[in-house]
Order: sequence, then C-alpha cells, then structure tokens
Amino acid sequence: MHSVKVEKVSIGFDGVPVVRDLSIAIDPGEIACLLGPSGTGKTTLLRLIAGFEKPDTGEIWINGVKCSDPAGMLPVEERGIGMVFQDFALFPHLSVEDNILFGLRNKPAAKQRGRLTQLCDLLRIRELLDKFPHQLSGGQQQRVAVARALAPGPRVMLLDEPFSNIDVELREELAEEVRATLKEEGVTAIIVSHNQLESFAVADRIGVIYNGRLLQWDSAFNLYHRPLDRYVADFVGQGVFMPARVVSATSVETELGIISGSGPHNFAEGEAVEVLIRPDDIIHDDDSDMTAVVEHKIFRGAQFLYTLVLKSGQRVLSLVPSHHNHPVNQPIGIRMEIDHLVVFPTGAGRGV
Amino acid sequence: MRLYFLFFIALFISTAVSAEVNIYSARKEALIKPLLQRFTEASGTRVNLVTGDADALIKRLEIEGKNSPADVLLTVDAARLYRAKTRGLFQKIPSEMVSARVPARYRDEDGYWTGLSLRARVIAYATDRVNPNQLTTYEDLADPKWRGRICVRSSSNIYNQSLVAGLVAHLGIEKTGTWANGLVENFARAPRGGDRDQIKAVAAGQCDLALVNTYYIGGMLTSSIEAERNAARHIGVFWPNQQGRGAHINISGIGITAASKNTEQAKRLIEFLLSDEAQHWYAETNFEYPVVDGIRPSETLQQWGDFKADELPMNRLGEFNSEALRIMDRAGWK
Amino acid sequence: MPSSATTVTGYSAPAGFPVLKPWTVLVLFLVMIFAVPLITVISSVFVPNAEIWRHLRETVLADYITNSLLLMFGVGVITLLIGVITAWLVTMFRFPGSRQFEWALLLPMSIPAYIIAYTYTGVLDVGGPLQIWIREYFGIGYGDYWFPEIRSLGGAVCMLSLVLYPYVYLLTRAAFVEQSVCVLEVSRTLGCGPLRSFYRIGIALARPAIIVGLSLVLMETLADYGTVQYFGVATFTTGIFRTWFGLGDSVAAAQLSALMMFFVIILLYLEYHSRHRSRFHHTSTRYRNIRKLPLTGSSAWLATFVCALPVLLGFIVPLFFLMQWARQTWGIVISEDFFQLIYNSMVLASITAVVAMILSMVMAYGKRQSGSRTIRLGTRFVGMGYAIPGTVIAVGVLLPFAWVDRHIDVFFSTRFGINTGLLLSGTLVALVFAYLVRFMAVSLNTVDAALMKVKPSMDEAARSMGMKDLAILKRIHIPMIRGSLLTATLLVFVDVLKELPATLILRPFNYNTLAIRTYELANEERLAEAACPALAIVLVSIIPVVLLSRSISRSRPGSHALG
Repeated sequence: MHSVKVEKVSIGFDGVPVVRDLSIAIDPGEIACLLGPSGTGKTTLLRLIAGFEKPDTGEIWINGVKCSDPAGMLPVEERGIGMVFQDFALFPHLSVEDNILFGLRNKPAAKQRGRLTQLCDLLRIRELLDKFPHQLSGGQQQRVAVARALAPGPRVMLLDEPFSNIDVELREELAEEVRATLKEEGVTAIIVSHNQLESFAVADRIGVIYNGRLLQWDSAFNLYHRPLDRYVADFVGQGVFMPARVVSATSVETELGIISGSGPHNFAEGEAVEVLIRPDDIIHDDDSDMTAVVEHKIFRGAQFLYTLVLKSGQRVLSLVPSHHNHPVNQPIGIRMEIDHLVVFPTGAGRGV
Repeated sequence: MRLYFLFFIALFISTAVSAEVNIYSARKEALIKPLLQRFTEASGTRVNLVTGDADALIKRLEIEGKNSPADVLLTVDAARLYRAKTRGLFQKIPSEMVSARVPARYRDEDGYWTGLSLRARVIAYATDRVNPNQLTTYEDLADPKWRGRICVRSSSNIYNQSLVAGLVAHLGIEKTGTWANGLVENFARAPRGGDRDQIKAVAAGQCDLALVNTYYIGGMLTSSIEAERNAARHIGVFWPNQQGRGAHINISGIGITAASKNTEQAKRLIEFLLSDEAQHWYAETNFEYPVVDGIRPSETLQQWGDFKADELPMNRLGEFNSEALRIMDRAGWK
Repeated sequence: MPSSATTVTGYSAPAGFPVLKPWTVLVLFLVMIFAVPLITVISSVFVPNAEIWRHLRETVLADYITNSLLLMFGVGVITLLIGVITAWLVTMFRFPGSRQFEWALLLPMSIPAYIIAYTYTGVLDVGGPLQIWIREYFGIGYGDYWFPEIRSLGGAVCMLSLVLYPYVYLLTRAAFVEQSVCVLEVSRTLGCGPLRSFYRIGIALARPAIIVGLSLVLMETLADYGTVQYFGVATFTTGIFRTWFGLGDSVAAAQLSALMMFFVIILLYLEYHSRHRSRFHHTSTRYRNIRKLPLTGSSAWLATFVCALPVLLGFIVPLFFLMQWARQTWGIVISEDFFQLIYNSMVLASITAVVAMILSMVMAYGKRQSGSRTIRLGTRFVGMGYAIPGTVIAVGVLLPFAWVDRHIDVFFSTRFGINTGLLLSGTLVALVFAYLVRFMAVSLNTVDAALMKVKPSMDEAARSMGMKDLAILKRIHIPMIRGSLLTATLLVFVDVLKELPATLILRPFNYNTLAIRTYELANEERLAEAACPALAIVLVSIIPVVLLSRSISRSRPGSHALG
C-alpha cells in the first residue's frame, strides 16, 4: 500500500490549468521531493494532498483512504498530515513551546511533555521553548516549524519550500538535519523545492514537475544521468545538447567521437539526434590531441567550470580540477568519458 | 508693527460695539427665536443667541467672569435664577416696568431677576380609571391607595426638584422625606422619559396618575402627530392643593449679567418680553401662563379652568434645591 | 593627532547627554496642550468635599458604579459578539449579500446613540405604535401582556450596542483581512477544524485589534449621556450631571469624572498590557489571497441572517421610522437655516477631522522617532479624553481658555488701555479644541497602529538614501499608511457630526449644528420634528462611512480589490 497516491489529478484556477492529469505514488517512509521552477504547480499539488484544494478530476489516497475526489473531501484536520510552510507560519502570539504543543492539545499532559522532550532532543531546540517566534532566527524558526508539524505524529509530512527562507550556508546542513529527523520519525514526506541540490540532499526520490505535469519520477542519480525528458535534462544539472548521428542501436557519433551506451537508445541508424553532454563528461587532458578553446571560465574552488568552443563552434562544458588554470582564448586538450548515453531527437538546439 | 496689532485687536472689539444684545438661554431656540425676531424688528437691536443647559451656561458665565459677552441669562426655572444670583452673576434690573407689571412673588425681592412666564405642575389622571374626586393634594400622592399607579419623570429633572423644594419650604425636610418615600413606593415604574412620556404612559394604562407641567399637555393636544393628540385626550388635569396653599408654580425668567456691556439693550429686551404682545405669545404658542396680570391664557389652557397658585417666593425653590435632591436620592427616586 | 577631536564633533553630541530632538519637543508640547483640560478635571480631586461624598456614598454612588459596570459589560459582550462574528463571516465566506454586508455593517455607526434611543422608544414604548396596536388588535389593556421595557438598563445596553458594534467590526475585519491565511492553514494541518482554527488562531491574532475596538466602545459607553439619561439609568455620567446641576456642586461633579477616568486608566492599562506581552505582527511575509469559502443551503442563509440582523435593527428600522416622522414634519422644520445647520456641522466636522489626522500623524511619528517612555505615556494620556463626557471636557477647556483670555485682557488694558474681552473662549477655536481633546484617541490609535506596521527597516533604507525625517514621513510613511489616515479622518468626522454636549456649551453665539437642533427638539419630546435633523446627520455620515468601508477592503496587501 502506498503512503500517498495521487491518481490522474487535475486542477485549474479561473480556467487556467495548474496541475494536469498527474499521478504519483509514494511508499511509506519514503522522502519524496517535487522539483521544478516556480509557478509549475508543485505547491498546488502539495495543497491538493493536504486538502486545501479540491481536485477537478482524479483522486488522492493517503494510507489507503481516499481523501479527495471531485465529489468530496476529507477535511484537512482529519487527514493525519503535518505541514511546514515556506514562511513557517509560526503563530506569532504563542511561545515556541505552545506552538509545538498546539497539535497535541487533546493528549494527556504526560504525553505532551514526553513528546515535547523527544522533539526538543531531536531538533535541538530546548533552549528556545520560552521564546516567541519573532525572537528566532530563520533556521530556528524552521526547526520549530518542523517540530510543530511532527508533534502530533502525522503519517505524512508536507514541506513547502522549507529551505528557501534559510541562509544559503545553512541550507545544506539543515536539509540533512531535516532528512535525519524525518527518517528517525519514520514518516513519509513530500518536499516541494525549486533547488536541485537541496532536493538531492534530502530526497529518496524526486519528481520533476513542469507546467503541471510530472515529467520524471526517479532517484536523483537517474534524473541527472538518465533523464527521460529533454526538459528534465535541461533543468537538472548542467550540460549541453550536441548534434550527433546514430551509428548503431547502442551508439552515436559526435564531433568528439563515437559514444556508446549500455542499452539500446531506440533511434534508427543514420538518424540525426542530439546527445546530452554533462560537464563531467568532458575531461581535461593535456595529452589529448583533441582541443577546444576556452571561451569563459568560472572558478568553483576545487574546480573550474570551463565553457569550451569546439572547432565546429559547438560549445561544451567541462569541470576541471582547479590547479589546471588556463587563460581564456587558449586551446586546451580534452577527451570524452561518458558512462550514460542520453539521446534526444533533434530539437531546437539548446545551450547551457 | 504694533499699530497693525492694535488695529487687529480693535477689529475684534468693534464687532461687539453695534447695538446688540447677547443672550445665554436655557430656553430652546425654537421656543424663543420668534419672539427675539420680533424684538429685533421692533427695536433694531441685533440679538445673538446661545442655547444650552442652564447649569452649563451658568458655569460658562462664571468661568468667563467679567469678560463674558453675555448680557442676559434666560432660564426655564426659578432655582437656576436663584443660583446665578447667589453666585453674583446678575446685576439689578434697572427698570421700573418690572415691578409695575410682575407680581412680587414672581420676581426677585432684590430686583436681580424677573419671571417671564408661569408653568404649573399638576396631576394628570386617566379619565377612565380615576375619579377626580379622589384627588386632593401633592401630599396625598404618597398615600398607599395609589400604590403602583403613579408615573413621574426622573429626579434629575429640575421641575421635580423644584416641586420637592417647594414641599420642603412648606413642610420641612423631615415630612418631605417621608412623603418622598411614600411617593416612590407608589411608582408604577422606575422614572424615565420626559413629561410627555408620563402622559403617554397614563393614556396607555401603565399608570393612572402622572405629575406633569401643563404646557406639555397643551403641546400634545395640538401636536401634528395623531398618537400624541389621542394620548392627551385620554387624560384629565387636576389642580392640587386648591383648598390650601395652591398648585406648585415655577417660572421661566431672565436676569441681566454682571458682566453685561449692553445693559440698556438688555433692559429693553426684558421690557419687551413683559409686553402684552410677548406675554400673549407665551400663552398662545407654548401654553404657558402669562406672568403679567390681566393677560388671558390661551383657549387650550382655559379649558382646564382657573386655579389657585402657590404663593411661595420663587427664591425659596432655589434655596432648597440641593436639599430636595438629597431627599429624592435618599428615597430612591431615580 | 590632536586635531582629530575637532573632526568628530560634527557627528553627534557626547554620549550620556540626552539630546531633545525637535520631534520629541514638538510631541511633548502637543501632549501638554491636550493634557491641560484633562488635568484641570483631575486636579479637582484635591479639593476637599467630604460632606457631599458622604451623601453620594450613602445614596447613589453604588448605583452609579454598578450601572456603569453592567452597562459596559453588556455593551462589551454584545458588541464583541456582533462585531467579531460578522467580521469573520464577511471576510471568510461567501453567502447571499456578503459583499454588500461588508459596508452595510458599518452603517449603524452613522446614527448617534441618543437618536436610536429616541426612535426605538417612540416605537416600542407603552404609548408607541406597536404596543397601541397590540392592545387594540387583541382588545387588551396594559399589563395583560408581557412586553420588554425599552427604557431600562437592558434597553440602554441594546441601543448602545447597536450603534457601537461597528467599531469592533471595523477594526476586527481589518485585522482578519490582513492575516496571513497560512497560519490558519497550519492550524488545520494540526488537527483543528475551521471553527476551532478561527477561534484559536484567527481571533487570537486579531486580539489587539479587537481590544482596541472594544476599548473604543467601552469608552464611548462610559461617556454616553444622552441614552442613559433618556432611559433613566443612573450611571456615572448622569451622576455627574445630577451632582453638578442638582446639588450645584461642580467640584464634586469633576471629582466624579476623575473617578471615572480611573476606570479608563484601568481599561487603557489592560489594552496596553495585552498589546505588550507578545508581538502579533506576522512573521510571515507571504500573503495568499483569502479565497472566500462559499456557503450553501441553510448555513448560507444563517450567515445572511446573522449579518442582516444588526444592520436591520441598527440602521434600517430606525431609519424607516425617522423617515416616517420626517415625512410628517419636514414642512415645518426644513427652512433656509436648516441648510445652514448642515453646513455648520460639516465644516466643524471636516476641520476637526483634518486637524486631528495631522496632529495624530505628528504625534505617532514623533513617538516612533523618539521611542521615549515619557512620550509613549503622554500619547496614551491624550487618548483618555475619549471616555470623558463632552460636558466635562467642555468645562476643562473653558477654564484654561478663560484664564488665557483674562491674562491677555489684563495685559492689553494695562499697556494700551484696550479691553480685548474673550479672544478664544466662545469661539470655534475653543470648540474645535474640545473636539480634539475628546476624539484624538480615535485618530491617534488608528494612525499609530498603522505606523507600527511600517517596518523600521523602511526608515533605515530611506535614511541610507539620504532622506531626512520629514522627507521620510512624506515619501515613505504617508503613502504607505494613506488608507489608515483616511480611516482616522473619517472616524473623527462622523464622531464630531454626532457630538452634542461639548457643542452645546462651547459654541459661539448664533451657531447651531444638526446635533443641537435634534437634541433641542427631542429634548422637548418633539420626536417627530427632531427626525429631520436626525435624518440629516445620518445621511451626511453615510458618505464617509461607505468610504471607510471601501478603504479597508482595499488595504489588504496583494489584494486585487476594485479600484
């Protein structure tokens, strides 16, 4: 049984479709992430699951119970969900302690205390209990918001852009912390994010959403290396699409040579296609006789991200250890090292 | 620079120089304005008017002191005239006409104020439920036979305070206190509303008797509202204490302020208000009794017949006003 | 380098030496001027007056206190119920007429309490049309049937509640409209149903606004004279008048007022306390438009009924009867000088409203700039005038003004031999000043609350771009709180239009207003004739009241309301 199952759900506002015929299923204890740029319907999908919106078509099941369909809705408060909002929405008139205990008001006092202690230890917020929300930093507010949502022991946690209001330096740390907490609690979670690194850090599985549709529902690794959709390839990670011609059922030929995949790519021989070349697919090699001219470079600490121009004028990206510091406009030697062949039909050529 | 300033000041003052008279009036504008307009037409003197509660106006006179712009104070009861006099706010009225036309008991014995019209406080009774033969005096209203049958307005009202002050003057504090206790026992309802409301309550059957001023009945009988006319037709007027001292009388009156700068105009105004024309107007328009002997009351008033009026000097009402209120406070007359 | 000491002097005064900023001085000056009438009243406490107090204590004081407290309690509870529930319904739900109710619920505000009291008495009293009809139709007499007595404490509670609940409604609705929906949704996810969420979060967050509204209501209730006097309910206000007029003791009357101010201080303290304990502005910066939940079936009609009832009883019914009476009497009441009355009322109300708005702006901004405790307390003190009956304020204004006049007069008569007489008292200046003392609280509270919502970082940002105080006020604050400034102005306008007792005492010769004309006629128990000026007050007030309603529905951040 899936923990959350969304089946063919569509919704529109004022005639504009926002979520279109979307299905997704999340296993118990799994941390899922809905990834996509802003305005693509991720938050709406989250609100549909929470029960704040009613689907125009389709059904939503939580833990084997049908919660939403166009005919009826189980009220939000009866769904057994916890939710963390983008701005945390802590109750400004209540202390941290009262915020956390808010969802526990019907439990016996001893249970309340026990749960409070447990959450304080888990999220390290004991010293904040007497404070009011306006006295907390962003990171503290977030931890309190998570604690508050977890307190009643929800079976499903919904987190709407939980890290976007946090300082960049803290994000990764908090993301891991949240992941650890969710795993510790064994709760199924759905996190909405527009930041791929964040979602890579926290999620077991990621669904890329664009224009109201679920494009791919997969692990972070596969999204990066085996994107099923040109848009996913473009949105997740960096890279370029390079023209190529199919030479066999498993390989294509490009300006840089023949690339072979592990399985069939399902294009006919001789067909003009495009392949996805990631920055880590192009290795800098001073000994290589294949060269490209450095057009632009970005220093990234351990690495440089070079934008290189091939003879044909085609641009590729390359991640190079940063002790290889080459000036702009100078040719450098490169070679290809591609484990995953990702082929798309020729479309409008897209750059980085 | 200084010249400009003086000029400015002079401008301010010049507005107060032309022939005019400034009135602080406790009588409502609608009940005095037409008469004042007649005065302006007849004398060419401009009249400026502020109306308000008598005590507030007295307070204003007091605070403004000798700078007060007011020339006369008009009130609708004697106690306030007495109060203004004792606080030194009045000067003697320099007119022989007052003593010639107004009976002594309706003006100040020292000549500081004079009455302008009379108002009698009578017992209004439900003609269908009360035989007027049962009615005798104000004192009798405290008799247990009227238990739960009397309506009267609040003791905050000056007419009630004056009525009780009159009783204090005649009977003394102790007897008046006992009387007030008995009267309050006889109330049909907690005091509320004005005199017209008491009349309506009698007409509606909530009570059988009410203490009211006669001109209210007159006003209702000639009202433009049908319901008011109907209510007034249901009640009869009984003149109390006719075998004894007579019915309780109050006055509306006037005095010239100590600060007056237009004493001559003020005197003329008073003389005008005591003229036959003005006295008739009071009687016809507001159903009050003229203070000047020999002026006939209006026809509405005549239907209630002649009556014997209490001859208690008006100043006594003022003297005992505060005592009267305390008695009513103690009796629980709200 | 020795010269370095001179180079820094341009920055700031030496530490530890308090510098009085111009704003602080200005605000303190204003506070002092406004405090004079209040202090005049309070200072009466020190005049010994034991004998009268013994009499009061033995007879009526207990009544005054109990009745005042009962009245405040009753009006408080009812206005809270009506105000908060209707505000919630029109903000959160869609039902038949919900859009119209948004503004219609404010309409009763335009009817002065004494007028609604006169009107209902005329209709419901023993001698009124309804009871006459009952008696005639059933052929019974008085006493054979039960009918609620309108002129009673309960009646006064109802009358005052009907015209005062809009204050609670207005402020609560503004607070609801500004609330981030997120917090309500969080509460849902934590297992609270919509009703519980509203109660535990919506109301809790709107509490400061609700309490401000409630304190305005309670202060108005305490200061009311017309209604309680007419209904024969002995309260502090009627007590003050009795003591003054009947016992002829203005000192004891002032002492009673001072005692009443003590009540107000407690009220203000409670309000201050509740505002102080925790902050209520939202940690959230995101606003999701409130999507009104459509109600259907019986719950929709119930909502309509709940919202319609106060409008019906507080506005339409009294308006209907006023119009009935006005129809019978307009011929004799409306003349040329009737239009002069309308003009006078509007001019007075406009001048006062604008001056009050400007002064509130100055005071609230000065308070923000200085943040000193003295100024905070001072501005609070200025707000107390709202709870003082107009008559008492009038005396508090007359005394100092006459004092100033007397000294000017003495100065000029000794120096130039000219008698200046009264320059200030007995002019419109004195009257407008008294209005300001009385109604400053309304305007100041509104402006202050709005300014508090402007984050200090805005000031800092502007300052960093080289703007001075005045420029910031003009270019940042005023545009941001324009809506609230309008609200403040309109509230004072409507209040002044209805004001009676201070006008009665302080107005110059030959100067009357609609309220005065209404009062004089109604006081003579000529209710029918009083209907015309009363109706004019209501009609003149409706325009600002509707404007008010429009301004709050637009005030929501990110809302796409009309206009």
